[in-house]
Amino acid sequence: MSKTSRTSITMPTTAKKDSIIEIRAIAQHDMESGFRYTEGGKSIPRDIIRTFTCTYNNVEVFKADFYSGIGANPLIIFTARATESGTLEFKWVGDDGYEAVNQARITVS
Amino acid sequence: MKKITHHHRRHWLKQVQGLGLLAIGFCANPLAAFAKKEDANEAIKKIAGGAPIQNGKVTLTIPPLVENGNLVVLKVSVDSPMTANDYVKTIHVIAEGNPSPNIFTIHFTPRSGTANVTTRVRLADSQKVWAIAQMSNGSYWQGSADTLVTLSACTEMI
Repeated sequence: MSKTSRTSITMPTTAKKDSIIEIRAIAQHDMESGFRYTEGGKSIPRDIIRTFTCTYNNVEVFKADFYSGIGANPLIIFTARATESGTLEFKWVGDDGYEAVNQARITVS
Repeated sequence: MKKITHHHRRHWLKQVQGLGLLAIGFCANPLAAFAKKEDANEAIKKIAGGAPIQNGKVTLTIPPLVENGNLVVLKVSVDSPMTANDYVKTIHVIAEGNPSPNIFTIHFTPRSGTANVTTRVRLADSQKVWAIAQMSNGSYWQGSADTLVTLSACTEMI
């Protein structure tokens, strides 16, 4: 069973060559830790996003592994060097077949 | 007669005070419920694989007082030029007081530009959080921050 959710990327659309850009990536996800119990005492199984990857014109520039300690709707703010114009692709992969992909274009001058 | 009552009252007060301290002791010992400090040390050892970890270069920022442990803004930055032959390879963030010590791991490349990252984490208790960075030359550096959490995350009932 595969599932997905809303994601959002905030980053500049233009940049000077070799400058450093800030990227904010957020995904809508409960990040169920697997350490919680229902009122009946039943354990709630873990359901989290496990990895987040950022590729820049198909070259991986940043990757994060998430564990249960990441809060709901994981937000990650990181940087990348604006090397050339092109597309940045962001991919979230998680438990229970979760997958979400987002893209953003950048013009480097 | 009056003196004796006074004495009794004082004695009673002392007992109550003792009980109070005992109660505080029970509440302020949440690590005993989780006993996770060993797990955290174990996780840190596993990261470095026995290599020495030096203090410095790594700055971990969390608010010193957290009202709600469910969303705590955590920032890690490592002092590095991030060039092709001198960059930060990975950062591991480890919590001493969470049911599971690993919070997240970041894999950088020279094209990351900086080794700065901000995210929102869960903290189950007042605790120390560690960040361990591995540099491209194989050396390990660490930094930590303490925080006081008034409402815990992760383990509440729903």
